[in-house]
Amino acid sequence: MKKVFTRPRSLKDIPTHYCPGCTHGIVHRLVAEVIDELEIFDRTIGVAPVGCSVFAYNYFDCDMFQASHGRAPAVATGIKRVLPDRVVFTYQGDGDLAAIGTGEIVHAAARGEKFTVIFINNAIYAMTGGQMAPTTLLGQKTTTTPYGRDKEVNGYPVKVAEMLSVLDGTAYVARVSVHDPAHVVKAKKAIKRAFEVQLANLGFSIVEVLSACPTNWGLPPAEALKWLAENMIPYYPLGEYKKPAEVG
Amino acid sequence: MYEAILIAGFGGQGVLSTGQLLAYAGMLEGKHVSWIPSYGPEMRGGTANCGVTISDSPISSPVVTEPTSLIVMNRPSLEKFEGNVVPGGLILINSSLVDIKATRKDVRVYYIPANELAEELGNARVAGNVILGALLELTRAVSLDAVEKSLREVLPAHRHKLIPLNRQALETGAALVRRPATAQAG
Amino acid sequence: MAKILMKGNEAIGEGAVRAGCRYFFGYPITPQSELPHYLAKRLPEVGGVYLQSESETGAINMVYGAAGAGARVMTSSSGPGISLMQEGISYLAGAELPCVIVNMIRGGPGLGNIAPAQSDYFQATKGGGHGDYRVIVLAPASVQEIIDLMRVAFDLADRYRNPVMVAGDGILGQMMEPVELGEEEEIQIPPRPWAATGRMGGEKKLINSLYIVPEELEQHNLKLARKYALITEREQRWEEYRLGGAKLVLVAFGTAARICKAVVDRCREEGLAVGLIRPITLWPFPQKAFEPVIEEAERFLVVEMNLGQMVEDVRLTVNGRRPVHFYGRCGGMLPVAADVVREVKKLYGGEGQ
Repeated sequence: MKKVFTRPRSLKDIPTHYCPGCTHGIVHRLVAEVIDELEIFDRTIGVAPVGCSVFAYNYFDCDMFQASHGRAPAVATGIKRVLPDRVVFTYQGDGDLAAIGTGEIVHAAARGEKFTVIFINNAIYAMTGGQMAPTTLLGQKTTTTPYGRDKEVNGYPVKVAEMLSVLDGTAYVARVSVHDPAHVVKAKKAIKRAFEVQLANLGFSIVEVLSACPTNWGLPPAEALKWLAENMIPYYPLGEYKKPAEVG
Repeated sequence: MYEAILIAGFGGQGVLSTGQLLAYAGMLEGKHVSWIPSYGPEMRGGTANCGVTISDSPISSPVVTEPTSLIVMNRPSLEKFEGNVVPGGLILINSSLVDIKATRKDVRVYYIPANELAEELGNARVAGNVILGALLELTRAVSLDAVEKSLREVLPAHRHKLIPLNRQALETGAALVRRPATAQAG
Repeated sequence: MAKILMKGNEAIGEGAVRAGCRYFFGYPITPQSELPHYLAKRLPEVGGVYLQSESETGAINMVYGAAGAGARVMTSSSGPGISLMQEGISYLAGAELPCVIVNMIRGGPGLGNIAPAQSDYFQATKGGGHGDYRVIVLAPASVQEIIDLMRVAFDLADRYRNPVMVAGDGILGQMMEPVELGEEEEIQIPPRPWAATGRMGGEKKLINSLYIVPEELEQHNLKLARKYALITEREQRWEEYRLGGAKLVLVAFGTAARICKAVVDRCREEGLAVGLIRPITLWPFPQKAFEPVIEEAERFLVVEMNLGQMVEDVRLTVNGRRPVHFYGRCGGMLPVAADVVREVKKLYGGEGQ
């Protein structure tokens, strides 16, 4: 019998702690498949953040670091400067990357650090209980914006991909979504390109992945995916914001 | 032998480098030495000073709070540090730049028109070495030869042509205090 | 080999390079800037990396990454910057990563000033960051000792897989003294099988300080505690100065200890039996130094450039057996030898408190 679906080598064969309908699992799998396909498993080092994906170090089977909140790009900088021939990636959520870690991500990008960032944007703080994230949409209700995010009080959502794409140090910047199979395929392509850009030493690469958080959005999984497509994509347009001529 | 020398003046007068030269010469003579600057914003524009300790035995404190000798390159430095000099100590005042007199009676005071003398030698920038020459004549903290040798080691090769002028400046200062009449001992 | 005249801050840099350190991450702050200036020039000469980070927070986390990847790595800063690094230092201690952190202490609290101080003693020796951890703290008192201790610092960091702090002050950083550098040795950095360098066919490695299960974190804490006990037993360092027969023992570290040596000399000249214990390791605190002198010593006088921090460790050590007095200057002001002599005379031969 032919096996049509199997676990990537780069992922451990253990159950994750993620909620039903959470898209972290999909993105973990895409990253692991790309590492397998590029045959870089043995020389890849990942950096896990603080947030829901704090245990990513348990799921990825390559060497891993656990970083303090927001500092994964600084940790990755230290690793890559010591081991320039290794492949280094960080995996960060929107609180980690777009709030507390803004300084680290912007300057790692500006320096053109040669590692890859997987940025999960689900428009909410999930691990701490559904509070407002910098990426929370205007009007979106969270536990700290019970009347909806008000621009007069909380300002506007941060568009990370657009912001980083204007820095000369970034070589590859894309925003993708994983709300349906077609977009999952596109997301994987972008993640693969980001790693290829790193392998070609072209500079900093980041893929922003629009993700669903059914638990903290208060929606069943299928409806959460629909909400993502209808609400997040219009504000966070998908696409490759920057790519070097050398790749695809 | 224990000499704790405080050199004070405006930033840009070569106060710090004169002190380093002195420390270097002490080191070449096998003595224990330390050099310590005042640092930070006060270095810029305002007063700059450094303390140099030269001793036969290990130096306990590098901080020169009670100098045995004080070199004064501007008026604020005289006002600020005159009172700190140990009784029986030495104050050398650059009288080209300082128009007031020391008030202490329990120390030796020399007024040295270092800038005029340096200009007579053809370069106002060696004023520091004129006054250093006077200090060394009076204290014997290090020899003039050691200072010249230090210049050879600290100056880049293309500036070695300035060494004879610096030596002349040191000797001018030394000669001046050998003839107290012209040095206006206080 | 001939002596050369060197600034303390530059000596830290040269000492680090000679100890095999090839990576520096840091953010400028007075009064330690000559150190990054020196290493920015020096590290590329030896194939190393000097990187100016976006902040002290960035710097300490770059150190975390580089240390976890197996490098001999350091950073340096002063008070406010070291405060920003505390979170990272806690993570480094938790993940048991070797590294060297230099603090050229300035006046505080807050922005304070840039003048020399010793007011970060508590922060350095009692934690600073969150959690139950210790950092080995070395306090040099001369430019030569800086050179010598930088090697010790990196070796201790490796031996115990622990962050090591070198604590100085603006005086020590700015002063020049002759140093003997000696021959440059080929440094063999001990193997680091725990480093996460990519699996390369081997077992998975993880650099981590998260133990979500309380039983596991307790075991980790106890393991760290055993390591700290071992360090306390083995690594206490101090200098004794004219302690023979001392009736009054001064205790001071770093620049304050230099000033106290002058005090001891003056007192001895006047026939007062005064000596000095100079802690070189601030943590572990050199308790062993006190046992041999406590019989003869009638009292202790702790002199610090702060309002009384190390004095608490001296009191814990003496444990009520003798009076422990304190004299300090702060805010960037230095103790003046004559004032300390006066303080000694006030106490010398007096009744116990």
